[in-house]
Amino acid sequence: MARTLAMFTDTSLCIGCRACEVACKQWNQLEAETPHWTGSYQTSPHFTDKTWRHVKFIEKKDERNEPKWLLMSDVCKHCNQAGCLEACPTGAIYRTPFGTVDISQDICNGCRYCVSACPFGVVAFNHGTGRVNKCTFCVDRTSEGMKTACAKTCPTDSIEFGYRDELAAKAKKRLAELHAKGVKEAILYGEDENGPLGGLNAFFLLLDKPEVYGLPAEPTLPQKPIVKDAGLSAGAAILVGLGAIVAFRERGGGDRGGEE
Amino acid sequence: MAVSRRDFLKVSGATTAGAALGGLAGLGFDLRPVHAAATSLRIKNAKAVPGVCPYCAVGCAQLIYVANNKIIDIEGDPDCPHTEGALCPKGSSTFQLSINETRITKPMYRAPGSDKWEEKPLDWMMDRIAHLAKKTRDKSFVEQENGITVNRCDGLAVMGSSVLDNEENYLIAKLARSMGVVYLENSARICHSTTVPALGTTFGRGAMTTNLIDVINSDVIMPTSNWAECHPVSYKWVMEAKGRGAKIIHVDPRFTRTSATADIWAPIRSGTNIVYFGGLINYAIQRRKYFHDYVVAFTNASFLIDSNFKTPTDLGGLFTGYEPAKRNYDKASWRYQLDADGNVKRDPTLKDPSCVFQLLKRHYSRYTPEMVERVCGLPKAKFLQVADMYCSASGPDKTGTISYALQLNQSSNGVQQIRSLCMLQLVLGNIGRPGGGVVALRGHSNVQGATDMGTLYHMLPGYPGMPIRDAHPTFKDFIDKETPKSGYWTTKTAHVISQLKAWYGDAATKENDWAYDYIPKRASADDYSHQHMLVAMLKGKVKGFICIGQNPAVDSPNSHMGRLGFAKLDWMVVQDLFVTETAEFWKEKAVHGKDQSVDPKTIQTEVFLLPGAPAAEKDGSITNTMRLLQWHSKAVEPPGDARSDAAFLYDLGLRLKKLYAGSKAKKDRPILDLVWNYLHDPKDRKVEPKMELVLKEVNGYATQDIVDKDGKVVLKKGQPVPGFAALKVDGSTACGNWIYSGVYPEEGKNLAARREKATTPGDYMNHNWGFAWPANRRILYNRASADASGKPWSEKKKLIWWDQDQKKWVGGDVPDFKADLPPDAPKLKEGPFKGLGGQDAFIMRPDGKGALFGPLADGPFPEHYEPFESPTHNLLSKVNTNPVAKVWDIGDLNKLGKPDQYPIVLTTYRLTEHHAAGMSRHVPWLSAMFEGHFAEISHELAEERGIKNGDMITVSTPRGKIHLRAMVTGRFRPFIINGKRVHHIGIPWHWGWLGVMPSAIGDVTNDLVASIGDPTTYIQESKALLCDVKKGEV
Repeated sequence: MARTLAMFTDTSLCIGCRACEVACKQWNQLEAETPHWTGSYQTSPHFTDKTWRHVKFIEKKDERNEPKWLLMSDVCKHCNQAGCLEACPTGAIYRTPFGTVDISQDICNGCRYCVSACPFGVVAFNHGTGRVNKCTFCVDRTSEGMKTACAKTCPTDSIEFGYRDELAAKAKKRLAELHAKGVKEAILYGEDENGPLGGLNAFFLLLDKPEVYGLPAEPTLPQKPIVKDAGLSAGAAILVGLGAIVAFRERGGGDRGGEE
Repeated sequence: MAVSRRDFLKVSGATTAGAALGGLAGLGFDLRPVHAAATSLRIKNAKAVPGVCPYCAVGCAQLIYVANNKIIDIEGDPDCPHTEGALCPKGSSTFQLSINETRITKPMYRAPGSDKWEEKPLDWMMDRIAHLAKKTRDKSFVEQENGITVNRCDGLAVMGSSVLDNEENYLIAKLARSMGVVYLENSARICHSTTVPALGTTFGRGAMTTNLIDVINSDVIMPTSNWAECHPVSYKWVMEAKGRGAKIIHVDPRFTRTSATADIWAPIRSGTNIVYFGGLINYAIQRRKYFHDYVVAFTNASFLIDSNFKTPTDLGGLFTGYEPAKRNYDKASWRYQLDADGNVKRDPTLKDPSCVFQLLKRHYSRYTPEMVERVCGLPKAKFLQVADMYCSASGPDKTGTISYALQLNQSSNGVQQIRSLCMLQLVLGNIGRPGGGVVALRGHSNVQGATDMGTLYHMLPGYPGMPIRDAHPTFKDFIDKETPKSGYWTTKTAHVISQLKAWYGDAATKENDWAYDYIPKRASADDYSHQHMLVAMLKGKVKGFICIGQNPAVDSPNSHMGRLGFAKLDWMVVQDLFVTETAEFWKEKAVHGKDQSVDPKTIQTEVFLLPGAPAAEKDGSITNTMRLLQWHSKAVEPPGDARSDAAFLYDLGLRLKKLYAGSKAKKDRPILDLVWNYLHDPKDRKVEPKMELVLKEVNGYATQDIVDKDGKVVLKKGQPVPGFAALKVDGSTACGNWIYSGVYPEEGKNLAARREKATTPGDYMNHNWGFAWPANRRILYNRASADASGKPWSEKKKLIWWDQDQKKWVGGDVPDFKADLPPDAPKLKEGPFKGLGGQDAFIMRPDGKGALFGPLADGPFPEHYEPFESPTHNLLSKVNTNPVAKVWDIGDLNKLGKPDQYPIVLTTYRLTEHHAAGMSRHVPWLSAMFEGHFAEISHELAEERGIKNGDMITVSTPRGKIHLRAMVTGRFRPFIINGKRVHHIGIPWHWGWLGVMPSAIGDVTNDLVASIGDPTTYIQESKALLCDVKKGEV
């Protein structure tokens, strides 16, 4: 295995510009979707099959009753114990040599077990292709040694891309800096490999409790992890077989799903 | 981790798709074919073409990846020093400006009275346009007026755009002026036109003083614009500075994404910036927080003013010399006291009651913290906290920077609002120093360049004024009156003559005053601006209109009035990427909006819509907000008949020359003598000119062999001049725009196209990237980074200093000063730096000093007046509104609201994800970022009016009403103004009736805006209006 790659999203640097959302769509050629009224600047309430970076805008008040606007660019966590991967019966969802989690579109059968298995609501069903989509960690770029599109475009370096161990060290340092500056509420989310889900390979520095950002405080998998995840999905792929793979797909008409 | 600047990460053992599969293969499965497909990098073998983002003026360099002659990806250029490869959402979506199904690729024609478009051949369109342009010109041309040659054509109006390249704007100016056009404007007029006189009067040049990267050196940063949202990529330097310990104070009526990053949010009511900055100046003076030594050395604080001069503190809100009948000032007393030798009298102790410092102190003595609270609605305690924090950014070891944008510009006293900010920076000693400066953030990619190129009614390229009939009947009058007697502007004659040589070649001779009469003369200083132009259309004076890359039907103030004007035109040409509202103003639900139909049969305007090309499809340079020219190259051919704006202009010029060929009329000489040869390929039916040739002309070249005193040829005929110092008054040089001279110093050497790494250690601003005018200086007035004796103020804040051994100024920037003029040098008696001495850091000012006292149309000091629509009377004086501002008399179309009917303050603004209406609403990825048009309103107002978040509401002013959704938020709060609660709302202005998806379609915010103009630049007042808000669509 290669050294694990990761993204560290430091929300204390985020300006909510949504460059990451658009750069992701541009690189992955994902279609624009009809936006929803969310009551604020947020485009949609959650991830979709065509929105893989998702910027959240959370309005609060601080202790002095001054407005506070929490801005956060959310993304697939590429969990070390990945619910989607464990649930996938076909082996379409796999762990890359970089430790991230990707979906082979040609193998996915559209069963959607992964959708309900993700504790973060990341994986989304694409009615156009009849498969599921989520952040690929720009596997095509990262395989060639390039940054993910979102990390590259981020104006304030709120999103950083690199080796997990180095980014985790950086995150801890940043946390200590913020605490020293009096930003006591700052916490790290998912950086600890001994923590929930064996740590997340896209981890965060948050300025409030995870629940405020719509993240589970203690993410757990709906299924009990018995076997090492890669083994499980590999085994599942053999059991299900190609016929079943195709059978689950629901291909819609008209919507190309951006997968060209 | 070692991530290289090119952002390629060396992943051990897994650098290619194939190798990457090793890990999985180990599990017993070989998914290689699947993964090979998934991981093939589509840009791997693509060509990377240098691009520049066409949206805002941060000017993010891009790489445009091209394969098989198709753009497949557009990303930030990671080598770009001021962006480090980042792009905002607009920049990230540039791909869809090119690859977009809704782009127009064929010329479209709308016959008079027709209700539909028809496709026409490009050649037919161009012939017809040239014919109509000639017809309108010939009919409305005035050769003589009051016995003065004016060569003016009032029937034609041209609107260029600040998203066009420098070369395109230059061609517009050159062609339009030669046609006699005086109604010439670009979109900079309605966004940052006030910047030019504000910064020009205070510092000498109307441009941002500093460099975006240099913000990292600031100790306190005070955005008074919505910096993070409107210029996100440059905000990286603010966040970087914050990481290094800088404090951020955000001044904005609304809590925004910028406020979210700030240490303090200081909300002030729209339109009250002068009270806020005046309050800070007062605080700095009263608490002795100003930088005394800097103020004495580098500002006119010590200069004595005519003893008859009085400020509004003593004259009830007016300066000396107000003439009510003329709504004008007699400025006779607004001048320095001179001694017998003609030198300005000074008091370096700053104690003389007539000195500028004492007048300033008295003037702002009324701007107390209590007054700030009453007028701005910013509680005194918070103001004092802000004042203490910002004024700490002063002195030898500290600097602070302030950004501003349209909240200050778009006002009936916009120039003065900006000047008040500039003066605060002078008082604190923050100009010309690292971490200091005034950060003028422009919204369009080339606001700076389009302004520099003079596609503005009042000026020629490079900032000479446009001649005015009565003031400048002859070339001598023009030069004598427009050229100061001291300071670097004394070189103006050489610039003007070289420009006329560039335009008219051999036809410009000493004998005919360099063809001075070929340039039209304005009949009055109070005409021809953007708003004047729209009113002139409404009144039937303007008959033909060429609109390139701008969308006034939606973007202009009082845009409903503008659309009514379009309906009175004989003809209109629109050149753009998409069908804009301007091009389609004649549709049934367009002129009056969706609620009132107009029968297209009744609109006789003949409309031509020509398909344009975005930056990615053409060569040219763009000057970003920090005066940095960057070249972008044509990545692909524009599709179909689409072509660059330069090609349209060049083609039009060629056709006009053909139509006028053989004419003996004097009035046609400017067109016939126009130097118009940019070498297009004769087989190219789109007539694309060679843009490097335009840049070379802009840079300047020798019109004949130029020899030195020994007879040696120093410049061959046709050779580019190395810089503006080489320009001559004898016609031996031609130069399109002197301030850009040096960008193309040698044949084939285009410094705007330079994308190199910094070679000097510590060159954090990277002087090897592009070219910053003037002379590649990155921080203007940098002489002030050293003290009077030439030593750095401090080690921490050093930039350039005097090196006694080398006898020259040295350091980390190109000195913005005479390189070998010692700090103790007396004033020079001659030469280009005439009248300047070793401590005159502001070389473009006649007196060499930063102007705390700087006469403008509405006073030498900024004084607060309320916006024309205001919830309160003026608490500082009995003069409620700017006594010299312009209010257009167009009847009911310009009715003003009173607070009893319209009690709510309304400000307009833009969003990160949207831009000029002709662009972002046609880009699907951007259009999908917001659900639709909305207004941000406070919980308190929502409760009063029974409005819930997401409800449709109606916002009205006496000019119009719009329907949109209410976004109820704690980010707006009522203000307490003079003890009374005042609601304040905000509305983004992007929407119009055309767009790529329903979320991109909405009512036109600018229909709410009045026709009011700042007295100096005639910019509109669109930041502080009164409105009413009702629930539902009423």
